[in-house]
Amino acid sequence: MLQSLMMGAIGGTMIGLSVAIMLLFLGRITGISGIFGGALIPTDGDRLWRAVFVLGLLVGGVSLWWLYPTAFPVDALKSMSWPVVVLAGLLVGVGTRMGSGCTSGHGICGLARFSVRSLVATVTFILAGAATVFLARHVLGLKSLI
Amino acid sequence: MNTSAMRLWVVFVSGVLFSVGLGLSGMTQPVKVKGFLDFFGSFDPTLLAVIGSATGLNVILFRFILRRPAPILEEKFSLPTKKEVDRPLVLGAVLFGMGWGIGGFCPGPALTSLASGTWTVLIFVIAMAAGSLGYLFVEKQMQSAKVSRESKKS
Repeated sequence: MLQSLMMGAIGGTMIGLSVAIMLLFLGRITGISGIFGGALIPTDGDRLWRAVFVLGLLVGGVSLWWLYPTAFPVDALKSMSWPVVVLAGLLVGVGTRMGSGCTSGHGICGLARFSVRSLVATVTFILAGAATVFLARHVLGLKSLI
Repeated sequence: MNTSAMRLWVVFVSGVLFSVGLGLSGMTQPVKVKGFLDFFGSFDPTLLAVIGSATGLNVILFRFILRRPAPILEEKFSLPTKKEVDRPLVLGAVLFGMGWGIGGFCPGPALTSLASGTWTVLIFVIAMAAGSLGYLFVEKQMQSAKVSRESKKS
């Protein structure tokens, strides 16, 4: 557990630096849902840099695949049920667009800026996530599914 | 190198740093994310260490950066200006939280995990794109319906 927390802090520091670089050089908040969503829209004026950021995420992912494969629990990922994955993806897509942000935009950048909207969003999505896991695992007994 | 090329390199490096950070921190493993959300079961506090270190660092760094008159490669900062807590913010966060709890993925880790070449991750990302674009489309339709209703009234 201590090792897991240490790795969490090391990775978190890298994420924090990435977000700081984006603000220092481009003056932008790094919200992955907004960056990904914008990259999908042909008329988006910021489409190019957003697509390049997503490309960076993918290249980082490929480096992990080579150098730190532990990052991807492939068997567990493969065993996820398709309908569950579709439902989860749709909810994340709709929810982050409606709520203007996800874990990075609200959770990291927003909290660091002391934004009240982001604090409300972060507390809300953590509680909603916890309630969902509680309901699925401990009430409905869907532990194998979720 | 001209400014627009430099901008793209900075963004690219930032994206790589972000996803490697996600992978090292354990956040590309849905079991750790759902472990964090499982308050009454196998609670795993790793996510707190990730958000805590990333946010804590920027509570300091953002202060210094925002003291500058402008960012290095742009003429001005583009920060969110909205202040009020409204219904879409809260309802959106609830829906996102539900999806996060069900899948154990938020957008960054999902995109990073595409590199694992696993079909389920690709399906998640496609569904996420559909949800994001679908909401935008519905919102636009509702807005234009509202505008035409109001113009009829006046």
